[in-house]
Amino acid sequence: MFEHYLSLFIKAVFIENMALAFFLGMCTFLAISKKIQAAIGLGIAVIVVLAITVPINNLIYTYLLKDGALAWAGYPDVDLSFLGLLTYIGVIAALVQILEMVLDKYFQDLYNALGVFLPLITVNCAIMGASLFMVERDYNFGESVVYGLGAGVGWALAIAALAGIREKLKYSDVPEGLRGLGITFITVGLMSLGFMSFSGISL
Amino acid sequence: MSSTSVKEVLFAPVFSNNPIALQILGICSALAVTTSMKLSIVMGLAVCLVTGMSNLLISLIRAQIPSSIRIIVQMTIIASLVIVVDQILQAYAYELSKQLSVFVGLIITNCIVMGRAEAFAMQNKPLISFIDGVGNGLGYMMIMLVVAFFRELLGSGKLFGIEILATVNDGGWYVPNGLLLLPPSAFFIIGLIIWSLRSWKKDQVEPVDYKLSAHSVKGAF
Repeated sequence: MFEHYLSLFIKAVFIENMALAFFLGMCTFLAISKKIQAAIGLGIAVIVVLAITVPINNLIYTYLLKDGALAWAGYPDVDLSFLGLLTYIGVIAALVQILEMVLDKYFQDLYNALGVFLPLITVNCAIMGASLFMVERDYNFGESVVYGLGAGVGWALAIAALAGIREKLKYSDVPEGLRGLGITFITVGLMSLGFMSFSGISL
Repeated sequence: MSSTSVKEVLFAPVFSNNPIALQILGICSALAVTTSMKLSIVMGLAVCLVTGMSNLLISLIRAQIPSSIRIIVQMTIIASLVIVVDQILQAYAYELSKQLSVFVGLIITNCIVMGRAEAFAMQNKPLISFIDGVGNGLGYMMIMLVVAFFRELLGSGKLFGIEILATVNDGGWYVPNGLLLLPPSAFFIIGLIIWSLRSWKKDQVEPVDYKLSAHSVKGAF
């Protein structure tokens, strides 16, 4: 059992890295990776939000939306799965808001550290993508907790690494047209190539 | 409004203000589907439709939306449109929707849609907002088609599933470059597209944020 969860975690972090293998969360990935400090802050925020939203969406999907999921309420024929997209984004938006309030009240330090990045996370495709993958791959509750955490750690790792590279890169003499966004894309491509070497690992 | 401004609004996002190459919007969901032209066209059309319609609808009710809850209102409109697109695809093109998997759903969080709704539709009349949405969708589709063209042609020797370069496996001469079907190639191709776009339109070049100073001690050598 433990082995199964461990392999799922490793898979989510390295082999199926959200940013480098599925291109998810790219907008924020490219926009907020100029400074390593900010990148780490955002990475932590993403881990927290992913680890909470994926399991919650899993519960909602299993007990409310799935075909026949409303059997406990006396409606065994109802299939609400088409409402999925709307529900997940609603849950994510609401949770980010709640998380912001809770952090503001009880964890001032963390709140100040995350600051502007929390609201940004609502429109981060990595969060939505993880929920959709969870539904598509039919994870149970335990698996969805591990998957959410793993996907978050993978994304945070990728953005921290990219920010480190970009901080050094700013001293280099890049061709005019490639400066800024262009060279960042090439860098991310090379990183993605590096992460592909993990795909040979089977656990 | 004059006809030139309509044309400008429609085509400016395609080249001079491209959402992907310049505004860094909407890269998220799309790159994974650029392994084939067919998927890219479907995805591009879906995004065109959603951006156009969401801009139109949001612009229609822009005076009624209280600004404190506008994000959630926009989100709901966009999510409903995406559900419609998703259901249509599942009904009439089931195979394609299976291949696109989660990426249709991810149009919701595609920053182009939200970005245009927030930046354009909230301030402009419905019709011009619709055109702006379609224009941005087209700009997005253009980049996707260019990427998909190279990836499909060089990666599997085909275009739209029709064989162009006969591959070695089928007794032809072309050895397909498998790397182009894998994620990293998409980043490289987009990087190169940005490079060529910026070499053509010099005003898009970003300023240097660090400049090495020239050697100051000439006499030392």
